[in-house]
Amino acid sequence: MQTNTVIPLISASNLTCIREERLLFDQLNLEVNAGDIVQVEGPNGSGKTSLLRILAGLSQPFEGEVFFSNQLINQSREEFHQNLLYLGHLPGVKGEMSAVENLSFNLALHGASASSIDIEQTLAEVNLTGFEDSLASHLSAGQHRRISLARLYKSTAKIWVLDEPFTAIDKQGVYALELLFKAHIIQGGCVILTTHQDLLTFEPTQVKKITLDYNLGNDTFDYDAE
Amino acid sequence: MATTNLSYRSVFSLVLKRDLTIAMRHKDDIINPLLFFVIVVTLFPLGIGPEAQTLSRIAPGIIWVAALLSTLLSLDRLFKSDHDDGSLEQMLLSPQPVFILVLAKIVAHWLITGLPLILIAPLLAVLLHLNEQSYVALMLTLLLGTPVLSLLGAIGVALTVGIKKGGVLLSLLVLPLYIPVLIFATNAIDTAALGLPYDGQLAIIAALFIGSLTLAPFAVGAALKVSTN
Repeated sequence: MQTNTVIPLISASNLTCIREERLLFDQLNLEVNAGDIVQVEGPNGSGKTSLLRILAGLSQPFEGEVFFSNQLINQSREEFHQNLLYLGHLPGVKGEMSAVENLSFNLALHGASASSIDIEQTLAEVNLTGFEDSLASHLSAGQHRRISLARLYKSTAKIWVLDEPFTAIDKQGVYALELLFKAHIIQGGCVILTTHQDLLTFEPTQVKKITLDYNLGNDTFDYDAE
Repeated sequence: MATTNLSYRSVFSLVLKRDLTIAMRHKDDIINPLLFFVIVVTLFPLGIGPEAQTLSRIAPGIIWVAALLSTLLSLDRLFKSDHDDGSLEQMLLSPQPVFILVLAKIVAHWLITGLPLILIAPLLAVLLHLNEQSYVALMLTLLLGTPVLSLLGAIGVALTVGIKKGGVLLSLLVLPLYIPVLIFATNAIDTAALGLPYDGQLAIIAALFIGSLTLAPFAVGAALKVSTN
């Protein structure tokens, strides 16, 4: 998968994560290049979310380092954040603001300029036509998730780190998202995601997998991204 | 589509506008601290009795203690809801400097809680028979002092935002930091009542204000990173 001449978009070396005195993973190395889609697998509590938060720089690993284009992410914060789109468990949608206001704030904060027509079109892409001006507190959990996922359509970030993006999303929505991921990796981006579903539109060989095995007191894990 | 580098000013106004919009739609944030302030101050004349001399003696203390407690009451709002719904994470992950984001949120907090309090304070001062010569001092100390309360309080909130029930801890952390403001503010008002110059006390509060304005946002940014870890 990797040749030495290619600089990986995001890479990590010797990551060790300890939570509540439990070793979740140990000495984890990974390299994600442009055009990769990586699925992090594992049972609940195996450290998938922890791994994604460490890659996004939200959590500090117990040991190890994360690099963006071979630079430590702490040392190239602005550049890294311009190229990172992280969506966690929580949608980050304010109930007091409408769908349009939420999306335009999120886009503006991350430096993507979008006109009001753009915003409405983007909301239409995630099937929120007719809900543009509803306060988010009146919308369902799935619709909250859609508001936050709408950012993907306007994102210029290369690295997408998505924690359970399909939660509360219906079947057509999942299909549309997978197509979006496909377009993104073709354009030279990469996607790192956790999901318990199989990615149906991708060839099984196309999706790289990181499997985290949580074993009590046992620090084995499989890493077959290569 | 194009990525634009926002100027610091536009990032600041973006976040400020968002927080003010949320506050205007969630009016409890504005009304609760203000109502608490009014209730506490109006209860004192009822409890102590209407003697003008006693009341005017304790007026500066009552107004300032009430202002301090009402700020403390409202602090939790500053980062809690953003932390709970994930928007705080998104802010920390944005390419914008954390300093500006945090400063905008603190300014919004002061506009929502501090400013209404300053506007209503002279009215309550009448109720407490505050010495006529002290009104200017009261307004000046509140104007310089309440932003300090918001700025220092933000550090405490940022440290405790990840804790489920951080209320008591927050008070313990923040109250000692509020004491200097309280001492110099009430002292300035008392001195003004005697017709003496109170520039010295004001200068100290101004120094606290400038110091916390420049340093607190950095501390808050660092504390938030720890809290979201």
